[in-house]
Amino acid sequence: MRLYEFEAKQVLAKQGVPLPKRTFAKTPEEAEAAAAAIAGPVVLKSQVLSGGRMKAGGVLFADDPQTAKTHAATILALEINGQQPAGVLVEERRNIAQEYFAAVTWDGRAKRPVIIFSDMGGIDIEEVAETHPDHISRTTFSPSRPFSDYTAKVAVASVGVTGNELAPLTRIVAALARTFLQYDLTLAEINPLVKLDDGSIMALDSHMDMEDEARGAQRTLLTELAIPDSDTRQARPPTQFEIDGALVDSADTRGVAGRVVEFDGDMGLVIGAGGGSLTLFDAVRGAGGKPANYCEIGGNPSVNKAANLTKLVLSKPGVQKIAVMMNVVSNTRADMMARGVIKGCLDAGRVPADTIAIFRIPGSWEEEAVKILQQYGVEYVDRTVSMHEAAGRAVAKMGN
Amino acid sequence: MSILIDKNSTYIIQGITGREAVTMTRELLDYGAKVVGGVTPGRKGRDVHGVPVEDTVRALTDRMRVDGAIVVVPPAFAADAILEAVEAGIKLIVVVTERIPRKQVAQAVEYAQQEGARIIGPNCLGIIAPGKSRMGGIGGAPEATRRAFVPGSIGVMSRSGGMTVEISNALSQAGLGISTAVSIGGDAIIGSTYAELMPLFEADPDTKGIAIYSEPGGRMEAELADYMQQSKSRLPVVAFMAGRFMDAMPGMRFGHAGTIVEGRADTTADKIARMEAAGINVAERIEEIPALLKQRIG
Amino acid sequence: MSLFITVEIADAVQSDEALKKQLVEVCPVDIFALDGPRLTAVENNLDECTLCRLCLDAAGDKVAVIKLYDGNARLE
Repeated sequence: MRLYEFEAKQVLAKQGVPLPKRTFAKTPEEAEAAAAAIAGPVVLKSQVLSGGRMKAGGVLFADDPQTAKTHAATILALEINGQQPAGVLVEERRNIAQEYFAAVTWDGRAKRPVIIFSDMGGIDIEEVAETHPDHISRTTFSPSRPFSDYTAKVAVASVGVTGNELAPLTRIVAALARTFLQYDLTLAEINPLVKLDDGSIMALDSHMDMEDEARGAQRTLLTELAIPDSDTRQARPPTQFEIDGALVDSADTRGVAGRVVEFDGDMGLVIGAGGGSLTLFDAVRGAGGKPANYCEIGGNPSVNKAANLTKLVLSKPGVQKIAVMMNVVSNTRADMMARGVIKGCLDAGRVPADTIAIFRIPGSWEEEAVKILQQYGVEYVDRTVSMHEAAGRAVAKMGN
Repeated sequence: MSILIDKNSTYIIQGITGREAVTMTRELLDYGAKVVGGVTPGRKGRDVHGVPVEDTVRALTDRMRVDGAIVVVPPAFAADAILEAVEAGIKLIVVVTERIPRKQVAQAVEYAQQEGARIIGPNCLGIIAPGKSRMGGIGGAPEATRRAFVPGSIGVMSRSGGMTVEISNALSQAGLGISTAVSIGGDAIIGSTYAELMPLFEADPDTKGIAIYSEPGGRMEAELADYMQQSKSRLPVVAFMAGRFMDAMPGMRFGHAGTIVEGRADTTADKIARMEAAGINVAERIEEIPALLKQRIG
Repeated sequence: MSLFITVEIADAVQSDEALKKQLVEVCPVDIFALDGPRLTAVENNLDECTLCRLCLDAAGDKVAVIKLYDGNARLE
C-alpha cells in the first residue's frame, strides 16, 4: 500500500530527517492560512497516489497567500489518472543547489534490502541507470542485523560524494534505511534529496510503499497516520464492483474467490488460480475476447463463496455469459466449483447452460464435476483442451 | 535421478494438525513419500494418519534422520518455524505458507544460507520427483498426481503452484515427462530462484531440458538469462510468460505478491526480450512448450 | 432447497444420543445440527457436502447422502 507524500514525510520527520516547513490542507482556505504562516514563496502539491502529477498540472507555485488559495482550489478540483486528490500539501519553496536520489527497496536477486543512491536526483532514475551508470550506486545490507551507518556512507561515497556533504547525506540515507526496516516498507524513496543554496540538506519529496502483508504488524503507525483498514491504496481507487468482490472473499474464510478487478468488456470471467488467472486473462484477450473482470479462485473455496463470486460477475451490466476456467487443480475441487457456478447462475435468475460459455477445471474430483455439469447441460472440456484453446472456444461463443 | 529429493528422503510437517496439513499428510503417504513426523505446539503424543506429533522440531531430529521440513503454519508463525527447522539442522525447507512479510522471509533466507540450508518458497506447492517422492501438496490426490506427473526428462520450475501442475501435465501428455518439478513460490523474495536451481538440474543426467513459468515483477528472469549466458548450460530452456496484460497497468497488483509492474524491468516485454537474447525460447501458449523442447533436445 | 445434495436421517438415529452428538461433530461442513432433542439437516449447508463419508462411517445405513445431480444416487 502506498503512502501519500504528506504521510511519508510524517514518517521521515519521526526519524529526524530535515524537511521543509509544510502543512497538509484540505480546502483552499486552509491552504491560504498555511501560506500566510509560512510567510514566503510556497509550492502547492496535489496529494495523489499516482505518479505524473507535475505533468498533469498538480504542482503549482505561489508567492502570496491569495494566489496559494486560488491554486489550491485548482489542484483540489483536478483529477489525476482517475484519482481525486486527498488534499494539497503547502510547502515553503527553497532554492536548490544540487539534487540527489535516495531509495531503499528489496533486491530479489540478493534477497536483501538495497540502497540506491545517485547524485543526479529529480529525474527518472531508470534513465540515470541507463545513461550515467557511474552516477548511481546499489548497496545491499543485511535484513537481520541492526542497520549501521557505514553502509549508507558507502552508498553515498560510491558515486563520488565527499567533503561537507558526505556526513549529512549519510545520516539521512541511514535514517531512510532504518525507516524501511522498521515499518515493513517495500519502497522508501526521497527524490529529490537536495542541497539548498545555504548548504543545508533536506528531503523535498518522498514516496513510500508499505507491504500489504505487514499492515497488521504496523497497526500503531497506521493509526498514527489515521489510515483505516478499509483504505486499500491500490494504484487506482477500487470500483464498487471491486469492493463487492473483496466482500465476497472476506465474508467466508474457506479458500479464495475474489481479488476482483473490473474491466470494461462484457465477458465474465470466473478463473483461477494465481498464475492460472494471469495466463487465462492473456488467453482471452489474445483470442479477441473483452473481459468484464479479472478474478482469482484458489485454495478450495466453499460452494457458497464460488456462487457469490459468480453472482457478482453476472451482476455487472452487459455480462450475458461467463467462462469458468482454471489450470489443472490440486486442492481446489472441480465438483465444488461446478456446484458453485451453477448455484450462482440460478441465484442470479440465469439458465446455467446458456450462461456458462465453457467449464474447464481439470484435476481433483473432475469425474464428479462432469456429472453435475451434464445434469445442467453445461459444456465441459477436460485437460486435453489447453487453457488457450478453452479461452478461444469461450470467446467464440460470446456472440451467440 | 532427481534433484533435491529422492525416494528415501524423510520429511517432517510443521503445523501437521491443521486442516490442509492433515489432507496433505494423507496424500503424501499415499504417494509413497516418507513423512516421519510432525510438529504442532501442545499436541505432543498425538498422531496424524499414524505420523507422530511433537511439540518441537528437535524432539524429532534428536531421534531420527530428517532430510526436509514442510512448513504449513499460519503466516504470523511461519518465519519462526523456518528458523526452528534450520537451527535443528534440517537442510531443505519447503515453505507453503502465503502472506509472510518479506522482511521475515529475507531474515530466514539469510540464516538458512549461513547454516547451509535451502529454502523453497514461500507461497509454493512444493517439489515432486515423479514416481519417487513429493514434498508438499503439489498435484493433490495421488491418482491426480500420477496423471499430471509422469516420470521423464524435463525439469520444471514455476512461480505459480497451479501452473507447475498445468505445464507438467502438458509435458506428461506429450510423452516427455518430468524429472523433477519445483514450485518455487509466488513471493517477491523466495528461497531458491530459477538460476539458483539450474546447477542442480545441470548435474542431473536424467534432465534433458527445462520448462519455466514466469510472471511480471522481480528480476528472476533476468538472473536466469544471465546464468544461461555465463554458464553455457547444456540444457535447453523454454519459458512461458503470463500476465502480459499487466504491462499496461503499472502499480496494480494481480495474482501473487511478487507480481507488480514498478519499472521497465518488471514488464513481461522486457523479461521476454532478455530471455530470448539468452537463447531461451518463450512459448506463446502452454501447448507449445513440449514441441519447442522436443525441437531443442533433438 | 438444496440443489446438489440431500441427507436422509433414519428414525433410528433420533433415539441414539451418542450417535446424534457424533454426527454433529464429524461433519466438516456442519450439515447436522440438534434442534432441541431432534437431529436435523441444515438446509444451507447441504450443498457444501464434500462427500467425505465421515457421517456414513459413524452411522452406517442410518444416514443416507443423496446426490441429486446423479439420478438421486446414494453415496456408498
